[in-house]
Amino acid sequence: MTSTATREIIVNGLWKQNPALVQLLGLCPLLAISNNVVNALSLGLATTLVMVLSNVSVALVRNFIPQEIRIPVFVLIIAALVTVVQLAMNAWVHPLYLVLGVFIPLITTNCIVLARVEAFASKRSTAESVLDGTMMGLGLTAVLVTLGALREFFGKGTLLSDIDLALGPEAKAWVLHLIPDYQGFLLAALPPGAFIGLGILIALHNWIQRQPKRA
Amino acid sequence: MNFPRRHALGEALSETLSTSLTLLLFSVVCAGLLAGTYLATRPTIERSELEAKMRLVTQALPAGSFDNDPVRDAQPLPADPLLGLRHPGLAYVAASQGKPTAVVLEAVAPDGYAGEIKLLIGILADGSIAGVRVTSHKETPGLGDYIDIAKNDWIKLFTGKSAQNPAAEGWRVRKDGGQFDYLAGATVTPRAVVKAVHKALNYFEAHRQQLLRLPEPKPKETP
Repeated sequence: MTSTATREIIVNGLWKQNPALVQLLGLCPLLAISNNVVNALSLGLATTLVMVLSNVSVALVRNFIPQEIRIPVFVLIIAALVTVVQLAMNAWVHPLYLVLGVFIPLITTNCIVLARVEAFASKRSTAESVLDGTMMGLGLTAVLVTLGALREFFGKGTLLSDIDLALGPEAKAWVLHLIPDYQGFLLAALPPGAFIGLGILIALHNWIQRQPKRA
Repeated sequence: MNFPRRHALGEALSETLSTSLTLLLFSVVCAGLLAGTYLATRPTIERSELEAKMRLVTQALPAGSFDNDPVRDAQPLPADPLLGLRHPGLAYVAASQGKPTAVVLEAVAPDGYAGEIKLLIGILADGSIAGVRVTSHKETPGLGDYIDIAKNDWIKLFTGKSAQNPAAEGWRVRKDGGQFDYLAGATVTPRAVVKAVHKALNYFEAHRQQLLRLPEPKPKETP
């Protein structure tokens, strides 16, 4: 893996081909769970883990999969990995499992996982696939967290609420109440807030992308 | 004369076969992986579910109101429609100095927004609610999940209520003309919970004598 290839994979995942802002894949969980920072970060990291595992598995067996049945095999691998992650989280990080609830099995249906397996891992080396899964996952996580922070800030005037569910009751003190006596702005917390927030982020991304050309 | 055709057919057949076998192989490997993970995680998952249940049973009762182990002194509950149970459940009996003071009923709200909502309903001997807790649900995160004590105090609205307080028409969410507040974004969820709690209270009224009874003393070591 050359250093240019490495750099390209990193830049694509985090910015140029960002799954949430450019490819617009995996929006269902993105919109649903981005109502606060903690949920967004947890689901983002769980998705990243699944993407790395599925990219590795597919890259390792890519030469044994007949072309005609590659999609069913990919789906099989992804579904099995998600279930393994779900069981493992239920057993060993139970509080976090309770927070993410139904969204863990839904990682299976997240198009970005299948998209990266099909477009990248089935054609490239294992090492490149690991990097691609990590970077695409982190790119998605970054957008999720930004959106989560925006919605939580405007919706409830706090940041990091519910962190005690992930890290235990002692973390309750970390919750930031940024606007005292805030009445709340329901639109931001409800699903339309997710669509509007994502729209703003996409617009911002496009605007920044065009900057150098104008100069 | 048809040798080439038969050859092509044989080739197609063997390709089909090898493709199917590949798919089968992947299915078997994935199934094996799942079975292994399931077996490896099951004891831990069962233990944490039991612990969570014991914690919730305790929370559904007033602190310090009992000196027995309600989970050990549980008695079977029939699959009664008033409780929404499709399979027999358990009633956890709390007692102080050998006298039953309250019972925690397992109940199910079958009509949640996304399937069943499992509840523990703690009822004092006088028929008023000591506490209600949700043990499992699939309601929409961020919208309907405020029935969970970990997310919101909404469920505490039930404390102190009984089958007659409020009267039957008050046992609805405010939107339907009842007494119970709900949070914006989800009404199906609280509606289902309110209905299930009310029905469970009616079940308690009808079976009060049987429920407020400790099971036959088991042979146990004296302290």
